[in-house]
Amino acid sequence: MPDLLLELFSEEIPARMQAKAADDLRKLVTDKLVAEGLVYDGVKAFATPRRLALTVHGLPARQPDLKDERKGPKVGAPDAAVQGFLKATGLNSLDEAKIQKDPKKGDFYVALIEKTGRPAIDVIAEILPVIVRTFPWPKSMRWGERSAKAGALQWVRPLHSIVATFGMETEEPDVVAFDVAGIKAGQVTRGHRFMAPDEFSVRRFEDYEAKLFDAKVVLDPQRRKDIILADAKELAFAQGFELVEDQVLLDEVSGLVEWPVVLMGSFDKEFLSIPGEVIRATIRNNQKCFVVNDPKSGKLANKFILVANIEATDGGKAIIAGNERVIRARLSDAKFFYDTDLKTKLEDRLPKFEQIVFHEKLGTQAERIARIERLAAEIAPLVGADVEKAKRAARLCKADLLTEVVGEFPEVQGLMGKYYALAQGEDASVAAACEEHYKPVGPTDRVPTDPVSIAVALADKIDTLTGFWSIDEKPTGSKDPYALRRAALGVIRLIVENDIRFPLVSTTSTHFGLVRGSILTVGNRRKVEAAKNAGIDSPHFFGATLTTTRSFAGRQADSSSLDLLDFFADRLKVQLRDQGARHDLVDAVFALEGQDDLLMIVRRVEALGKFLDTDDGKNLLAGTKRASNILAIEEKKDKRKFDGAPDAKLFVADEEKALATAIDQVKTEASAAVAKEDFASAMTAMAKLRPAVDAFFDKVKVNDDNAQVRENRLKLLNEIRAATRAVADFSKIQD
Amino acid sequence: MQSLPPHMRPERSFQGLILTLQRYWADYGCVILQPYDMEVGAGTFHPATTLRALGPKRWNAAYVQPSRRPKDGRYGENPNRLQHYYQFQVILKPSPPDIQDLYLKSLAAIGVDAALHDVRFVEDDWESPTLGAWGLGWECWCDGMEVSQFTYFQQVAGVECAPVAGELTYGLERLAMYVQGVDNVYDLNFNGRDGAEKVTYGDVFLQAEQEYSRHNFEHSDTAMLFEQFKMAEGACKKYLEAGWKDGKREAHLMALPAYDQCIKASHVFNLLDARGVISVTERQSYILRVRELAKACGEAWVHTEAGGA
Repeated sequence: MPDLLLELFSEEIPARMQAKAADDLRKLVTDKLVAEGLVYDGVKAFATPRRLALTVHGLPARQPDLKDERKGPKVGAPDAAVQGFLKATGLNSLDEAKIQKDPKKGDFYVALIEKTGRPAIDVIAEILPVIVRTFPWPKSMRWGERSAKAGALQWVRPLHSIVATFGMETEEPDVVAFDVAGIKAGQVTRGHRFMAPDEFSVRRFEDYEAKLFDAKVVLDPQRRKDIILADAKELAFAQGFELVEDQVLLDEVSGLVEWPVVLMGSFDKEFLSIPGEVIRATIRNNQKCFVVNDPKSGKLANKFILVANIEATDGGKAIIAGNERVIRARLSDAKFFYDTDLKTKLEDRLPKFEQIVFHEKLGTQAERIARIERLAAEIAPLVGADVEKAKRAARLCKADLLTEVVGEFPEVQGLMGKYYALAQGEDASVAAACEEHYKPVGPTDRVPTDPVSIAVALADKIDTLTGFWSIDEKPTGSKDPYALRRAALGVIRLIVENDIRFPLVSTTSTHFGLVRGSILTVGNRRKVEAAKNAGIDSPHFFGATLTTTRSFAGRQADSSSLDLLDFFADRLKVQLRDQGARHDLVDAVFALEGQDDLLMIVRRVEALGKFLDTDDGKNLLAGTKRASNILAIEEKKDKRKFDGAPDAKLFVADEEKALATAIDQVKTEASAAVAKEDFASAMTAMAKLRPAVDAFFDKVKVNDDNAQVRENRLKLLNEIRAATRAVADFSKIQD
Repeated sequence: MQSLPPHMRPERSFQGLILTLQRYWADYGCVILQPYDMEVGAGTFHPATTLRALGPKRWNAAYVQPSRRPKDGRYGENPNRLQHYYQFQVILKPSPPDIQDLYLKSLAAIGVDAALHDVRFVEDDWESPTLGAWGLGWECWCDGMEVSQFTYFQQVAGVECAPVAGELTYGLERLAMYVQGVDNVYDLNFNGRDGAEKVTYGDVFLQAEQEYSRHNFEHSDTAMLFEQFKMAEGACKKYLEAGWKDGKREAHLMALPAYDQCIKASHVFNLLDARGVISVTERQSYILRVRELAKACGEAWVHTEAGGA
């Protein structure tokens, strides 16, 4: 069976695009081959900085012959229909068609079309240029003489040559004849840019890969990664250090070299006074080098590992020296930044925030920090944090954004705040909160446990949420530019994982008030400016905005807070679903009046989930649903509700009486347990309802002929529903 | 190159490096231009690049361009950052197929041996919001140091490049520091001489860096600058309007003078920005205003003779 070899040789392809490009090439070519009836045994795609390569093996030499039957018009159909049929099928006359008998509908013509399969190489020659021309690079460009004309080829960087061969292992393969934008496919490629720049000829994948290796090109990216990782580890180990592994960097670096040569360099020990994270960020981001740890101290050593693309004639001395100079300059900058930062106290940076806009409608960073501080102070007692510490941490936690180091390396924000806070003698909790108030970032990030961190982290996130909610910048579909979903999930995790009782609605209601105040101030400030520019003396100011309220748990609550609560409920559902829990149970609990205590909601959901896994739970759910269904039908029929206590005197059957007794008992027990937040006991109490409900449905006819008895029984059913609502709204639970 | 006296050699003297690059690209066939006589932020602003990159005509040029980045001033205290520095700019239209090799040979000419050093092309997409321009290319690394930028212009001044030009920008101070083996820019040997005859980069520019840093960050006359921005913007639009031949938008006769005012506005904006008197929101609108000028100049240019009309 013949194989196909394809290589697209270009100028340097961005490292971050290589893996996907190889994958796209594999998929595009094989999809087309299969669509053309050319099924294959195996396929592999590769990328280096200068080439995309593909090998498809075990292809047929020809497409299979195709036989197709095409149904035509009835015998004796009008001429127009017949002509259409002949045209569509390519038959010369009806004599070439077969007649199919059909006693019911009448006989009709059938055309037998036989399509002889074409040689695979011809088909491939048609497929490949189309794929090259329409290749899905994230960004592509035009170049050279041909770019003057419309429709010029676009590629990620200039494309120089194409290898395309097709043939059997035992024979000299054929070149697949096609050209794209003047580049004719052939069987000639080149090796390493500097070490083996000459052209050479290849036949098929096996000799292609081997010849490339001889020409100092490791084709397979995985192999390059393996080489880099193994060599880097060994180099570090040989000197008594250990490599700080970094998969993202490894992926990138392997896309920057065709022939990895791993070398080690050093920098002055004095730079180790810079925080390790900053050293690493400097060396990694700017120089794409790895750092190493000293296992004795567990801290960074004054070494780095670089990956060159060449076996230099001096063994790499000049390359190491050059990289050391660049890294020295970079670390001097970093050290200068760090030392400069240490000269200014964090609080002395704060006035600058008055000039920095957080959001044009929400005011400056200074205004935001003031809000966070007030909120953190309010939250502190709820989470067991010292109020003064929480306020201090809230005031300082954003200050590192104005430091030189964070300006240079945004990814160490927070962390630097901690370092600078410790350096100026802040309390350990305050310093920790400077770093941890950003956490958790996403569903797997660590959740802080220090009460001060928790208070500030909650305040930071709730201010973000209430702020953007107030100016109607809510997430829609896939758009969530202010990461509000992440903020809400952060609040949920902070509360639930730290076992915190948190009055969400009242806290957010108060804060919405504060945020609206800010928005008003900002709006009026802008009016004053606009008026000044226009030469008007007294502009009309915005007055206070009206706050709308809705009823919540027997009191009036801010409507925005309740909207936000729905958003939290949605996030909680997603979170539970991701953890494999049933999200409908969240609905069942939220459907109860006045639920905003996330911890209790989660506890209730957990207990409910366990209960519904038992037979008692399942049957009680079935019984309750049956009661609800009957009620729904009868309520519709009678156009009334069946509220109110049933009359004991109207009970006829024993099962009726027993059920009423059971309901009373369960209601009392379950409510008492819920009051004690002992949801497991509440569920156990619920379980007692099950035999009475089962017996009732077994023996008692609800729609009794006596209207009074019927009404009384319906009221009893309503009581079942009411009783179960002590733990959840069972009607929201899916079967 | 072997025949060069020591003080003229690129690894010995800053000017020797410049002269070597000029000779190399002159030999290739470029016209060697002199710096544009206005303050610009980068060699790209020179009309020999911005405007000549547009239109169908062949254009190969090379030149040194003093570049001003007011914000990058460090009062002469930082060994790498300058508010005034030199770029060596090469523009080749259409981009020749061997442009990467041409670049590597130019490195060899200034003493960078590709068998000894690790030369790499690392992705760097270029975009100039003020010029309404973008292109794809790389930063060129030598042993981990960025020594040049390499861009295939796709669009300039809002106009599609047809054909595409290749642009090479050498950071001359960096490159010189590298080949001279010097860690501080002010220690660069400028004239290649030794002893009493030696002139360093610091001798030439240190005082200027200190003075301009004071000016850029503390004393520049912002009221004047705001006014200058408005005047340059107004003049640019006026010249563009007046340049259309017979009032019809078919041929333009004053694209270059108009573009000078665009450059002026851009530099004035950079000075204002360095003084920190432009807020984040205003910043965006200033950039947009310069871009509008640049686009209008590009539109005018393609209706001139050199622009291919």
